[in-house]
Amino acid sequence: MQSTAHAFKDNVGTALADPNLQDSLSKLKVGFSERRRQAAERLPEFEALRDRARDIKNHTLANLDFYLEEFERKVIALGGHVHWAPTAADARRIIADLCRSVGARTVAKSKSMVAEEIALNEHLEELGIAPIETDLGEYIIQLRHEPPSHIIAPAVHLTKDQVADTFLEHHRKLGFDKRLTERNDLVAEARYVLRQKFLDADVGLTGANFLVAETGSSMLVTNEGNADLSNTLPKMHIVLASIEKVIPTLEDAAVLLRVLARSATGQESSAYTTLNTGPKRPGDLDGPEQYHVVLLDNGRSGVLGTEMQEILRCIRCGACMNHCPVYGAVGGHAYGWVYPGPMGAVLTPQLVGVEEASNLPNASTFCGRCESVCPVRIPLPKLMRHWREREFERHLTPRAVRQGLALWSFVARRPGLYRSLTAIANRVLSLFGRADGRYRSLPLAGGWTRFRDFPAPPAGGTFHTQWKAARKRP
Amino acid sequence: MVAGVSNSSGNHRSPPRRVALFVTCLVDLFRPAVGFAAIKLLEEAGCTVEVPPLQVCCGQPAYNTGDRATTRAIAIQVMDAFEGYDAVVAPSGSCGGMLSHHYPALFDDQPALKARAENLAGRSHELISFLVDVLGIKKIATQYDGTVTYHDSCSGLRELGVKEQPRQLLGSVKGLELREMKTPEVCCGFGGTFCVKYPEISNAMVGEKSADIAATGADTLLAGDLGCLMNMAGKLQREGSAVRVRHVAEVLAGMGDLPAIGEPETGAR
Repeated sequence: MQSTAHAFKDNVGTALADPNLQDSLSKLKVGFSERRRQAAERLPEFEALRDRARDIKNHTLANLDFYLEEFERKVIALGGHVHWAPTAADARRIIADLCRSVGARTVAKSKSMVAEEIALNEHLEELGIAPIETDLGEYIIQLRHEPPSHIIAPAVHLTKDQVADTFLEHHRKLGFDKRLTERNDLVAEARYVLRQKFLDADVGLTGANFLVAETGSSMLVTNEGNADLSNTLPKMHIVLASIEKVIPTLEDAAVLLRVLARSATGQESSAYTTLNTGPKRPGDLDGPEQYHVVLLDNGRSGVLGTEMQEILRCIRCGACMNHCPVYGAVGGHAYGWVYPGPMGAVLTPQLVGVEEASNLPNASTFCGRCESVCPVRIPLPKLMRHWREREFERHLTPRAVRQGLALWSFVARRPGLYRSLTAIANRVLSLFGRADGRYRSLPLAGGWTRFRDFPAPPAGGTFHTQWKAARKRP
Repeated sequence: MVAGVSNSSGNHRSPPRRVALFVTCLVDLFRPAVGFAAIKLLEEAGCTVEVPPLQVCCGQPAYNTGDRATTRAIAIQVMDAFEGYDAVVAPSGSCGGMLSHHYPALFDDQPALKARAENLAGRSHELISFLVDVLGIKKIATQYDGTVTYHDSCSGLRELGVKEQPRQLLGSVKGLELREMKTPEVCCGFGGTFCVKYPEISNAMVGEKSADIAATGADTLLAGDLGCLMNMAGKLQREGSAVRVRHVAEVLAGMGDLPAIGEPETGAR
């Protein structure tokens, strides 16, 4: 997917002016966070589970090479294949070669953010292979030629009416010429249209929520069951997953699943949890003949051992964006690439470059709500601040900001000078603002006064001026 | 109005603690009354309060812009200014959190400075939580005639656990009725320099906050951080709202009759 993260500020303007998006976001903000809160409250050990989930991921990351090789050994022993993809281009090539090896014309895909990351659909289309999204949200945005706006709810930016219009436009040629208005009817129509595509697909491609080293299994959770059709019906199943998805054992998976669904949707468990462990065995009634796992690095191993390593704990639940007031204001598309919200603000600069994505870690108030709900306790504000430090070191911080900061810092490090200057500022602001109590516009403060009045200080001087005067009095 | 504080036993704690007030830049420049309110509350709780003269800023503008060198220099200045006091108290969760949660990690590679930073961190507190959690103040004998709603400023809430303490003290104020917002814990969109770097997003956030405030029907908005208060006051006033905005310390200290934030002074017009 082509990044527009550099145009973040323009994207924000578009997002704020989009009434459909704002309507969708107003529902998302309340719904997800309320359901997550209730789910967490119902489970007394939830906070302890978050600690365990964090520890499991930390242990795995500290021994990532070991667990990845263990996973590979197990997959091979099961009769499957593991492909190592250092870059996005490698992963695209590997998957294209696999598809061509079976003469594939269609690929049934269940939702995979890593597939978005490597721009797989565009690549397959160029080769004349049709990727068919089978997750309802992904299917909707595929019809609309839009990128996902959320990592677990890719079409969350759309209203029901927009979906109805999209279905009418695209399904009319299949004989569905009635505009539907009920949610259930829309789902039923999509289910009907997609069912035949599952049956026709030559290859099923899925992502993975976890890769289990001790069994060589890939694990998927969905609420639609579409992944199960993607990986059992076609003759080849390709799992595309990034390297940090590996975990040691099924026992660990049980812990992570318990925090994942609650954090994501407030469910105790997703409707479908599926383990794929190798290809169809002799005597099995169904299952794929070939089972391939493509392990994508794409810059992640470069994060290991750095101050950013903690982002690799992320299990892609979406809680950080569901609770982020910035995401809640502008939605996912404004972030300009695959991963939006706080986790995206940390991961995107790593994957597409900090020059391209410099706005993302800056567009945060550091309110800390993301960290407070992260199931694996990633200190997202701290990691965003690390990006700001790297930008500052590399002189990527905008010049006006740097100059302003340098001036402020010069004064702030000289308490005497600071007192004199603040006394003058206080006096001027108080003198001219006293009559109204506030300013409707102020030189050099347009960013503030465009939308807000600026409160004027009352007469009498700064606190320190008044304190000093009071002390001198007998 | 008569203000007075009482702790669990009804007596002031003795011997009085030697407390340094960290005024904070915004209080110093825009709302000195908050500093005086803090001193009053602390003194009535039995503390001896001093205002170290060499204090300036906690360094957050540099810290949150990624300028670690300047942040460290300012942190050292703060450590020097507040050396030797039993406690350092700020009428702000944001500045208090900077001292108590962020300073030590600035000096991971300098053990001597890290030890000093940890020492300061251990002595640093946000005002209201200091009154309740450290001094054991349970109620305050004062009056404020109004319905108030309380905004939980982010750093105080999530870094320092300031949530029940202000509500507990406000609950003891005569004449005061507290009406909660639907989402008092959601950020108001201030975020320091964020509000001028991303004004459109900040405006969307504070617009939602002002709607939440209006829906409570409260006539007064309180919070524990002046940055958030100025942001919300500025938005409410731009929208023509009649809600008055004050720092929680002012109300607790019996200074609730001062002109609210952004209001003209009596007789100035």
